[in-house]
Amino acid sequence: MNKKTKYSAAGEVGDVRVRRTRWGRIKITLGKAPISAWFGMFVVACYAFVAIFAPLLAPFGEAEIFAKADLPWAWHDGNAKHFFGTDQIGRDTLSRLIYGARNTIGIALVTTCLSFLIGGSLGLIAAINRSWLDQFLSRGIDVLMSIPSLIFALMLLSIFGSSIPSLIMIIAVLDSTRVYRLTRSVAINVATMDYVEAATLRGEGLGWIMRREILPNIMTPLVAEFGLRFSFVFLTIAALSFLGLGIQPPTADWGSMVRDGSRFIQFVAFDWTLALPSLLPAGAVALLTVAVNFVVDWFLHMTSGLRDDI
Amino acid sequence: MTSDPKIRGSKGDVLLDMRDVIIDGFSDEQWHPIIKGVDLTLRRGEVLGLIGESGAGKSTLGKAAMGYAQPGCAIKSGSIVFDGIDLLTATEVEKMDLWGSRIAYVAQSAAASFNPAHRLIDQTIEATVGHAVATDIEARKDAVELYGALSLPDPKEIGQRYPHQVSGGQLQRVMTAMAMSPRPDLIIFDEPTTALDVTTQVEVLLSIRSIVERFNTAAIYITHDLAVVAQMADRIKVLRYGEEVEDAETNTMLASPQEDYTKSLWSVRALEKPEDPSDDIVLDIKNIDAAYEKSVKVLKNVSVKVPRGRTVSIVGESGSGKSTTARVVTGLMPPLGGTITFNGQTLPPSIKERSKDQLRRIQMIYQMADTAMNPKQTVGEIIGRPLSFYHDMTSAEEERRVIDLLKMIELDETFIDRLPSELSGGQKQRICIARALAAEPEVIICDEVTSALDQIVQEGILTLLLKLQKELGITYLFITHDIAVVTAISDEIVVMYQGEVIEQGLKSKVLHPPHPDYTKLLLNSVPEMDPNWLDRFVDARD
Repeated sequence: MNKKTKYSAAGEVGDVRVRRTRWGRIKITLGKAPISAWFGMFVVACYAFVAIFAPLLAPFGEAEIFAKADLPWAWHDGNAKHFFGTDQIGRDTLSRLIYGARNTIGIALVTTCLSFLIGGSLGLIAAINRSWLDQFLSRGIDVLMSIPSLIFALMLLSIFGSSIPSLIMIIAVLDSTRVYRLTRSVAINVATMDYVEAATLRGEGLGWIMRREILPNIMTPLVAEFGLRFSFVFLTIAALSFLGLGIQPPTADWGSMVRDGSRFIQFVAFDWTLALPSLLPAGAVALLTVAVNFVVDWFLHMTSGLRDDI
Repeated sequence: MTSDPKIRGSKGDVLLDMRDVIIDGFSDEQWHPIIKGVDLTLRRGEVLGLIGESGAGKSTLGKAAMGYAQPGCAIKSGSIVFDGIDLLTATEVEKMDLWGSRIAYVAQSAAASFNPAHRLIDQTIEATVGHAVATDIEARKDAVELYGALSLPDPKEIGQRYPHQVSGGQLQRVMTAMAMSPRPDLIIFDEPTTALDVTTQVEVLLSIRSIVERFNTAAIYITHDLAVVAQMADRIKVLRYGEEVEDAETNTMLASPQEDYTKSLWSVRALEKPEDPSDDIVLDIKNIDAAYEKSVKVLKNVSVKVPRGRTVSIVGESGSGKSTTARVVTGLMPPLGGTITFNGQTLPPSIKERSKDQLRRIQMIYQMADTAMNPKQTVGEIIGRPLSFYHDMTSAEEERRVIDLLKMIELDETFIDRLPSELSGGQKQRICIARALAAEPEVIICDEVTSALDQIVQEGILTLLLKLQKELGITYLFITHDIAVVTAISDEIVVMYQGEVIEQGLKSKVLHPPHPDYTKLLLNSVPEMDPNWLDRFVDARD
């Protein structure tokens, strides 16, 4: 063999990326974020701050009842005792808004995590197994999805009672159907890759293939879906509370605050500030949903679906 | 359309003139040069072969000849003049008007370039009618003639079919008809036969060559296969790392290549392992029948004997059942009947029933190293996993062994924390080899391991595999459609066709006459490094 050209395998040109620290990569990514994403991240950070430090920020207790109900910005002797007034039984609206952030967001977060745990792991199993188990799970989930979820949730809540654990379980299970669908469909594409076959050939168990071979490759769409699902769960909880089957008093919650405040709406013609007790919590719900969606939009756009890297 | 009125100019005029073209690509937050100042001149009716490895910039240059830079690329400087039109200063609208009427492009994967929802003929004439080169009726009539000229079966009817109703080779010819339909001055063929079997490739090459000659079209033919380009091109330009290595008439280039790099493109064809018969059978595949669920049998009574420490190559075109045989051996696809004996013991048919030790002893290397490695794992994790999985190594032992293995495959420890996306094609395949070696197997099944690689990289991989065989006594079951690779590596050859074994025996016996008919066709279809090979092939066939 006439080998005059010097060939070395190590010398071949690979597209070697510059070694950057994790923080360095995050900085580059953030630098490219559009203004809407910055707004979203800022709002989400504010909500998180308020939720975490609620007892320090709130001027009064969550269920503290004052003898005298008050209007928003009602000045007594040069200072407003209740900045946003009180509700119909004399609880401070501002304090309840702040505690509501903690309850509504906290419960929504736990519920979303749980639904991802259930839907995600079942979806992965179905994508890898592809046998009768896949059929069984998928058809079962079709049945669950065919029932309107709000009505189904209402029915289940009236059966099991409106405690916080049952609220979390019911919404998590109902929402996990959507997560299952997404996880299964993206994981199927990855499961047909040769490296998954190589792991099967090596004799790896289901757990390894799920966690180490497939999950890292579908994280991007799942993280985006997490943001979106969080918004939906958050809205569902608020809706259920508004209907009186969600978070029960005296625990502060934005959904039930809207319902309580809505009684004053008819007097708005006389004093517009009476709309505040219901508009403020409704606005809080809307603002967070919009902010989360801004962040998710940016995230999806940046990664355009399934592309990885960065 | 034999006396074609649409032919412009006469043969010999300069049609395309590219001067000192520099193209940059954007990756990892920076601009890098892809093409570093290349000149290219193309005359009317001339076919220019553009060859080089992947990453040499041949596709980028081919697209630049249309005045087009793909997303993430930008033409930084130089001049590109097509028939008096400066493509770099032309507006998008002007360029759009040229594309699809006077310049056409034939892509590598015809299957991915057709819209599955429309009939072939509608797609063939779309650009021609859209650019008002011809009326709908004229273009349809002409398309049927083109199908005939490209020797497609039943030219009147085939246009009514949908893309999935014709074979890959036929689709590639329909795509050539599509490019030819507006009678362009220039066609750019970007690896049009790379994805095809050799027996199909010959037909497509013949069709393309005759139609390009007939209409006096200038063409740029991009490929990495020197033997293919020798049949097609009047002149060959060799590219490497975005720079021109050599440019010469085809005959001159083949007879006396000037540059070392050009010579190295022959390398795999020069590689030949002396065969070494052996009777010590390590893997004995007996009377295997296999079928995918509820469909026709893909393997019919397949028997293959694999001697220890030797290489057995299974050759055949796609659909011949060679990869299915590999899947049966690995246990991924339990057969309907037959037995597999490994080291004297019968292997359980399904992977679930095999022990960890049985799994360890048979390893597999895949065709596409890209998809065979988890993109989220580093080289160290990829090679290290079989070590901790099969050999219960601690992480310190594992790291030492990974470095040993990297040295064995001629890489070094700096690779340990790289991700697969940071490796070249040859390096990826080497890592896959290291992963297989880490298990300390007796048999390695190589499924088309070199077919996605460039010639010079192929040679490196094959040499490495041979070296490992000599040092470690590994047995290879080598699946390929490339006869040059077969010659380079095997001791024994198995020829498969439509799920059956046609012929099996030592290399010297199978590669030399007398042959069964199919083996003869397969061997004759392999392009040779001789510009007259295609003519001789046609003569021999007629």
